[in-house]
Amino acid sequence: MNFELSKEHRMARDLFRRFAEKEARPLAQEVDENERFPSETVEKMARSGFLGIPCGKEWGGQGCDTLTYVLCVEELSRVCATTGVVVSAHTSLACDPIEKYGTEAQKRKYLPELLAGRKLGAFALTEPGAGTDASGQQTRAVLEGENYRLNGSKIFITNAGQADVYIVFAMTDKSLGTKGISAFIVEKGFPGFSVGKKELKMGIRGSSTCELIFEDCVVPKENLLGKEGKGFSIAMGTLDGGRIGIAAQALGIAQGALDETVSYVKERKQFGKPIGAFQNTQFRMADMKTRIEAARLLVYSAALAKDSGGRFSVEAAMAKLFASETAMEVTTKCVQLYGGYGYMRDYPVERMMRDAKITEIYEGTSEVQRMVVAGALLK
Amino acid sequence: MKILVCIKQVPDTTEVRLDPATGTLIREGIPSIINPDDKAGLEAALRLKDEHGANVAVLSMGPPQADLALREALAMGADEAILLTDRAFGGADTWATSSTLASAISGMEYDLIITGRQAIDGDTAQVGPQIAEHLGIPNISYAEDLRVEADSVVARRQYEDRSHTLRVKMPCLITALSELNEPRYMTPRGIFEAFREREVKLLTRADLAIDDGNIGLKGSPTRVMKSFTKAAKGKGTVVDLDARSAADWITERLQEKFVL
Repeated sequence: MNFELSKEHRMARDLFRRFAEKEARPLAQEVDENERFPSETVEKMARSGFLGIPCGKEWGGQGCDTLTYVLCVEELSRVCATTGVVVSAHTSLACDPIEKYGTEAQKRKYLPELLAGRKLGAFALTEPGAGTDASGQQTRAVLEGENYRLNGSKIFITNAGQADVYIVFAMTDKSLGTKGISAFIVEKGFPGFSVGKKELKMGIRGSSTCELIFEDCVVPKENLLGKEGKGFSIAMGTLDGGRIGIAAQALGIAQGALDETVSYVKERKQFGKPIGAFQNTQFRMADMKTRIEAARLLVYSAALAKDSGGRFSVEAAMAKLFASETAMEVTTKCVQLYGGYGYMRDYPVERMMRDAKITEIYEGTSEVQRMVVAGALLK
Repeated sequence: MKILVCIKQVPDTTEVRLDPATGTLIREGIPSIINPDDKAGLEAALRLKDEHGANVAVLSMGPPQADLALREALAMGADEAILLTDRAFGGADTWATSSTLASAISGMEYDLIITGRQAIDGDTAQVGPQIAEHLGIPNISYAEDLRVEADSVVARRQYEDRSHTLRVKMPCLITALSELNEPRYMTPRGIFEAFREREVKLLTRADLAIDDGNIGLKGSPTRVMKSFTKAAKGKGTVVDLDARSAADWITERLQEKFVL
C-alpha cells in the first residue's frame, strides 16, 4: 500500500495546477459574477486533452486512469468550481457512458469529437417530478419505424445549451417501472429538441444549467444507448463514476478555500497580532486540513477502486458524501475566519461557500449517498 | 528536418537566495522548471514540426534530476530526449558547458539547433552562440520570430529599439526569446507516455571525445569573485506623459524630495 502519488501523477497534477492558476483563476470571479460560461477556458482545455482524460486512446482519449482525471477536476475546482464541473459532467456523464455502453458505431461517431473537446457532452436524467426518485420518469420514447419519438422535459441539466451531445433517459415501457427506462444519445440539432430556460443559481454560476424540451423529438433507432429497458442501470452506473468527479470537485473547493484562508490569517491583524496567532484560528485550521486530507484519501481510493474493475458504488458514494460535506463545512468555517470580509464578494471564499453547496446535492444528494452506503452495509 | 533543442532545468523563480558563504544558489525547496527562453525554443521547434514535419530532439546537460525537464519536453511533443550527465561536468561555466554540449552535438544529426537566449539562473546569453562557434555554424541570437523557408531559416533578431530580419542557411543555430510564442501545455497522455513508453538517453563523460581541460570546473576559466542579493527596489510610479511634461513631472517630484 502506497499513499504517494507516482511521478507521472505528480507531473500531471502540476500541469493541471499550472493550467488552473494561469487560465481559470483569472476568470473565476468574472464568470461567477456574470453567470458566463467560460468557453475560452474550455477551448484551451480541449487543446490540452483535458476533455478526454480517462477515455481510451483508440477513440482519441488520453488513456489515463481515473486518478489523473480526479487530479484534473480537483485542481481546476481549487480555483474555479465552474470549470471543474464542466469537465466532470462532460467526461463522467457523457463520454464515459458512450464508451462503456455504446456500440462500436456509436463510439466511432461520437467519441473522437467529444474527447477532442470539439463537442461538449451532457447528461439528462432529472425531471420536475423525478429527482432522487429517478424512477418517476415522465419523458416517453415510442419506437415508430426507424426512429424513436421523445416527448417530455428535463430540468437542471449541467452543460445544457453549451453541449452538442446529450445522454437522455426516457420511458419506453411505463408498465415495467425502472426496467422500462431506456437511454438515448441525442444531438443538439435533432428535430423537436430544444433547450429551455437557463437557471439562475446560488453557485457554480458560470456553468450552464438549463431545461431540455422534447416535442416529438425524432431520435434514430441506432442512437439507443445500450438495450431498451437498461436505461436505469446505465444511469446508476454512470452516476457512480460521476460521483467521483463531483467528490474531486468538492475536494478542490475545500482545498482552495483553505489555501486562501492560510494566507489571510497570516496577514489579518486583530488585537495587535495576526489572527493566525490565536489558538482558536489554529485549531480550526488544523481541523480543516485534517478533514480535507481524509476526504482526499477517500476520493483517490474511490478512483483506484473504479480502475480496479470491480464494483465501486459504495466507495464513490462515501467519497462524494464526505468530500461534499467537507467542502461545505470548510468553506463555511473559512468565511467565518474572514469575518465581515468573508461575506463580501471581494474575497473568493464567499464564492467558494456558494459553490460548495451544490456538491451535496447534484449527482445524488448526501442522503442518497447514505442510502447507497447503508444499503450495502445492511443487505 | 532534424531540430535539436537545448534546454536547461532552472529553479522556478528569479529571486532565489544565495548562500553567502559559497556564493552559489540555494536550490532546496524551489521547484524546477524548463528555462522560459528554452521552452519558447522548444515550442518554436514543435510548431515547425506541426507545419513542415520534423524530428525534434531535446538535449540537456545537468544533474540526474534534469530527467524531469526532459520528460516534460517529451510530454509536450518532442520525439527524443538526451541527458548529458556526469560528475565530471559539474561546476561548468559557459565555456565548459558549451564545449561539452557541442561535443555531444557533433556526434548527432541536425539541420537546426535552437537554444534559449539565456537562463534565468545565470543570465549570460553565452552558451547558445558559443555552441555555434564550437560547431562552426552560423548563429542568429535573440530571435523574436522564426520561420523555415526551403533550406534556410528566416529569423527576426530583437534589439532594444529595432529589429533585423536575417536569413541563414541550415545547419544553423538560433537563440530564442520567450516572446517568440506561448508554449503549449503538456497533455496528460504525453506525461504518462513520457515516463512509461519513452526513454531519456544518457550520455556521460565516457561518451564524449573531449579534453578534460574543456569540461567541468577544471575547464571553466570563469571564477565568481563575489555574489550578492540585489536590494529590493520599490514598485515605482508609471506615468504616461509626453517628453516635456514628463521632464516637468520628474523635476517636481525631485523638488518635493529636496533633491533639486
